[in-house]
Formats: sequence, C-alpha cells, structure tokens
Amino acid sequence: MLKTMMRRAGQCAVVAAACLMMSAQAAEPIKIGSFLSVTGPASFLGDPELKTLEMYVEKINEEGGVLGRQLELIHYDDVGNASSARNFASRLIRSDRVDIIVGGSTTGATMAAVPLIEQAQVPFISLAGAVVITTPVKKWVFKTPQSDRMAAERILADMKDRGITKIGLISGTGGFGSSGRTQTLEVAEQMGMDVVADVTYSGSDTDMTAQLTNIRNTKGVEAVLNFGFGQGPAIVTRNYVQLGMELPFYQSHGVASDSFLELAGSSAEGLRLPASPLLVPDSLPQEDPQKEVVQNYKAEYEARWDSKVSTFGAYAYDGLMLAVRAIEKAGSTDPEAVRGALENIQGYVGVTGEFNMSPDDHNGLDADSFRILEVQNGEWKLID
Amino acid sequence: MLNRFMQSRLRGLVILALILIILPAFLGNPFHYELVIQMAIIAATVVGLNLLVGFAGQISLGHAGFFGLGAYFTGIATGTYGWSSLPALVVGAVVVGTIAWLVGRPILRLKGHYLSMATLAVGFIIAIILNNERAITGGPDGMPVPALDLFGWELSTFGRYSLFGIEISGVQAWYILASVVLLAAVWFALNLIESPIGRALRSVHGSEVAASVVGVDTAKYKSLVFVISAIYASVMGGLYAHFQGFITPAVASFEFSILFITMVVLGGMGSTFGVILGAVVLKLLPQVLADFQELETVMFGLILMLTMIFMPKGLLPTLTAAVSKRMRKKAGGEA
Repeated sequence: MLKTMMRRAGQCAVVAAACLMMSAQAAEPIKIGSFLSVTGPASFLGDPELKTLEMYVEKINEEGGVLGRQLELIHYDDVGNASSARNFASRLIRSDRVDIIVGGSTTGATMAAVPLIEQAQVPFISLAGAVVITTPVKKWVFKTPQSDRMAAERILADMKDRGITKIGLISGTGGFGSSGRTQTLEVAEQMGMDVVADVTYSGSDTDMTAQLTNIRNTKGVEAVLNFGFGQGPAIVTRNYVQLGMELPFYQSHGVASDSFLELAGSSAEGLRLPASPLLVPDSLPQEDPQKEVVQNYKAEYEARWDSKVSTFGAYAYDGLMLAVRAIEKAGSTDPEAVRGALENIQGYVGVTGEFNMSPDDHNGLDADSFRILEVQNGEWKLID
Repeated sequence: MLNRFMQSRLRGLVILALILIILPAFLGNPFHYELVIQMAIIAATVVGLNLLVGFAGQISLGHAGFFGLGAYFTGIATGTYGWSSLPALVVGAVVVGTIAWLVGRPILRLKGHYLSMATLAVGFIIAIILNNERAITGGPDGMPVPALDLFGWELSTFGRYSLFGIEISGVQAWYILASVVLLAAVWFALNLIESPIGRALRSVHGSEVAASVVGVDTAKYKSLVFVISAIYASVMGGLYAHFQGFITPAVASFEFSILFITMVVLGGMGSTFGVILGAVVLKLLPQVLADFQELETVMFGLILMLTMIFMPKGLLPTLTAAVSKRMRKKAGGEA
C-alpha cells in the first residue's frame, strides 16, 4: 500500500515537472486527444485508425505543424469497452486538457463519452457509424463516417433501380446490426418497399442456414439484405451459396473490406454493397474529385505500415484533417471558435466523401458518397 | 482507553475515514477525483459481495447482473419517467432485492460449482435482456442517465456548489457523497458480521452440515445475505449510472462480474478492508498501465498471477500477517 502510494507520488512529481517544463516553452503543442478500440473485439476498427492518426500527425509536424505549432497526439486504448471509453475521455479532458478529440471507434464508446464531452464543451469528432451520434444534432459532437441510415438508403435505392420492392432482411443482434435493422425498416417504409422477412442472428452463431431457409420459404422475396459486422456476414454469405439461393444479395458497409473477401471466398461472387471509394481507387473516373485524395491516402498508408489500407482508417484521416482545417480556420484552439469553424466547413473533399457541415448536419455527407460495388471474380467492381 | 478503542471493530472504519479526509490533498485534478469516486462506488459494491463470498462462502459469478439491473432501473426511472433519484434508488433496491430473493431461494440449495453456474446464468440472462429490450434500455448502444438530484439539488460533475460557505466543484461534491456512501456501506457490513447473522454465516462457511446440526437455518441465512449483497450492488449500480451519465449493457456483463470476484479474491476474501484495497488496485491498474499500451494486458495478467502465487490469501491479510510477524519478532528480540 505504502509502496503503491510512494510510486504514485513519484509519478505525480514527474508529471508535474513535465507540465512545468512544457508551459515554459514558447509555443505549446496543439493537443489532439483520442480514445480508440486498438485491441479487443473492435480492434479491426481501432488499429488502422490509430496508425492513420500517428502517421499524419507525424507528417503534419514535419511540414511545420498547424498555426506554427506542433501537434501532439495523446491516445488511449478503450479495448472496445464503453465505460473505459468514458473514463479515458474524461482523462483527456480533465487531466491532459486536450484541445480537440478525434476518436471513438464504436457507437457504444462514442455515445458513452458524449454526455461528458457535451458538458465539458470540447469539440469531438467521432469515427463511429450509427445515426444517433449526430441525430439529433449535439452541439459539440461531429462524425466522419456515413451513417447506417445512408447505407440503408443507398442499398434500397439500388434495389429499386433493379425493380426490387420486396426484401428479406437478416441482421446481427449487436449494436451495428440492430441499429442497421431499425434504419432499414424505416427507410423501406419511406420508399414504399416491403420487408417481407425479418430475421436475426447473434454474434456468436456459427451457422445461419435456419434463418436463411426461413427467408427462402417466405413468399415474394426478391432480394436479401444482411446488416452485420465481423464474422457473421461471412458465414451468412457462405450459407447463402450452400443453400443454392440465387436472389440478388446485398451486404452492408460494415463488411466493406478486403478481409471480408478472404473470409467469404468464392461465395461472395455477385453480391453488392455500399462502400467507400477507397476499395476501388483506380476505377474511379478521372473527373471524380475524390480520386486523388483516395489514391494518395492508400499509397501513403500502405508504404508506411506495409499492410492493407482499410475504410476505417480513412474515417480517422478525415477526422484529423477536419480538425486541422477547423483549427486553421479558427486561428486558435479556442473550443468555441474551433467548434464554430467545424460546423461551417464546406466542400472538404476527404477519403470518405465530400463534407459539407452545417449547424443542422454535423456529419456533412450524403448517401451518394457511398459507391455501390459488386464482387466480380473475387474483386470489387464499381457499379455506381 | 485508546488501546481499547483501537481493538474495537470501528478501528478500521476510523482509519478509512481518515484516509478519505486526507486523500483530496493528493488529488491533482478533477480526473483523479473521478477515479477515486468510481473506486469508492465499486469498492462499496465489493464490500457487499464479500459478505456473500468471504463470509458465507457462496460464489456469485453474476453479481454484475444486479449491479446492471440497479443501474438501468435508476437510469430508466429518472431518465424516461422523470422520477427523482432517491425514490429511484430505493425502489430499484427493493425490486432487485425481490428478484434476488426469488432466484436465490432455489439456487442457494445448490452447492459449489452448481451454485456458481446458476448465478452465472442469472447474470447472463439479465445482460441479454438489457441488450435486447432496445425500446426500454436503448439496446447495445446504451442510454444516457440524467445527473443525480438529491432533495432538489442537481449534482453534476461539472457544476459548482457551496458547502457551509465554501465553494466546491462538482467532482468534490461527488467525492464527499461517494465517501459517505462507502463509509456507510462498510459500517453496515462490519455490524452485520459481528451480529448473530454474521456468526451464523461464518458457521455456514465453515461447514454447512455442522451449522444445520446446531440449529442454524442455513437456507434462510444464505438467501438473506444473497439479497443483502444484491441490494448493495443495486444501489451502487444506480449511483454509478448517475455518476457516469451513460450506461451500456456492459455494466451487467460477465467480464464485470469476474472483475468483482477478482477484487474480492485479490484484496482478501473475508476481509472488508482487504476487498476495498482490491477494488482500488484493480481500478487503478488500467490507468497506470495505459502508458504501456500493447503490453497493458500482459502486465495486468502478470501482476494478478504474481499476487495470487505469492499472496494466496489476498493483499491485505498477507500484508497484515507479515507486519505483525515482524513486530512480534522485534518484541521477542527485545525481551
């Protein structure tokens, strides 16, 4: 007990000394705080996000920083646990006193930190998907990924173009799947489409043939949509082929990554999903404003980390760039000024899409920023 | 006089109170306060769990279920239905206590592994319900909880309050509240242990057969202490929900139950102050180890493993034994 206290006292002294030294410097660094799920079940989100933040903070610092000040990245790993996300957000705000937070890999982690961030009045750019994060609009909270609602809109619009109006829906019971399911049901009603079959599976299920058979036996189903995350959708895709189902098959943006193609193998052939242009940088038309940004990000990331680029890292790229832009525009790190600048960013072309923020829209993207891709010969092919 | 006082069972309580009074001098910023407040709330829960595990010798692997249920009851009652906090906490405790009694009666007839498995199942069922009842609980994404209000005072960690003319910040007010709650929880537990109920419980721990032979109604006492520890968890869960401002079904998860049990075992089963130390250490480690990043989990495991190998009785009992041994040696040397 005494030993622990002594050690803590020692640590406090070191921290205090470090603080004193830092305040003695003329230009303090701009502190960018981040809490991400770098390890744990959501590590496929947090890992590329952290790598992206680290490499671009380095790059910006080499190029002279922002407003003549260096950037300092302070990050913690929340292990995908919502209450530790909240605690680390508190540590960032109260102990590290960061100027802006870019983080929150999952919707759960983001939402757990939101009440605290709103009270502390620190600008926060979330990297998580669900529509609840920015609807209703929260004063200090922004986000970079498209919402699941936009994904549902994009998928259903593509179905409608193909003359499909009756859908079989299979979704995971986790946060992503169940929020996606709610959004799909709402959008379908608005667009005058029918969800005739609606089944779910839990994250630990290893076989979904029962649910798919249920959909197959439902009369009138014209296409099947799977809203889910992680392993589940790959199993659904394999079962779909094993059952010999031939209806058009859609997945959500939750599995839009090359690793999904590896998991699902040849059974993914012919399925469609909404995704970031990052998966098909070279097939984008020359006049697409995003083409250059996307190609650059992919090249830089893959050269630096020697691993495949992922859409989730791109959310962090856009988050960081939006933060930098807002600080430059505000001309200071004053929270209220930065927040105001963030809210008025127009026409920022990022990897995820073109951002047009407004006081009523803290996401700034529209459904068209998703591209519809189809798997052909084991590769992504741009359809629309 | 002083000697007699030091021998009494209130000695530990006074020391704990002194620590809580002195501690703010070492807390540098509001974040440190937040950590200590969480420690106090979790420690009080574990003190309740220790009554069941350490004294009655029954293992509960589903205690986070009751904690989560208390948290959600408070969150839903105050957030969705606009109750004030105090009735929400009290009614929540009654509801959770009743549930614990209903499930406790049959499962406490089970022994050993079967009892652990039954409590495990109860915890899982609660977590699944919280996860799936999206319309009421917000599902896996969780739900916001309004700030605590006591007698018309809204206690937010960002507010400023005046106490007897001294202005204090929101976290300091919460610190005082959490300290008082922890002291009350410990005081109640200590009294219970020294009461006839406590003696009956310890006899159940020693040998259930022997206890029933001498006329102890083992089933009654076991379910009583199960209910008491569930009420502890429920009230603390409610406070935790108010303090955090946001809850997810993770508060009722299996991992959280295991964390509670680990705190009891690490700190010292059957030692009320030991389990508080266990809670403090386990809450502090993730923050201290945060700087090691990838190695964090490895270090965490290593520390737990070493403690269990070299201090199998838990932190506090082993330390006290070592100290008194040395003192006796010293006294013996002088004589």
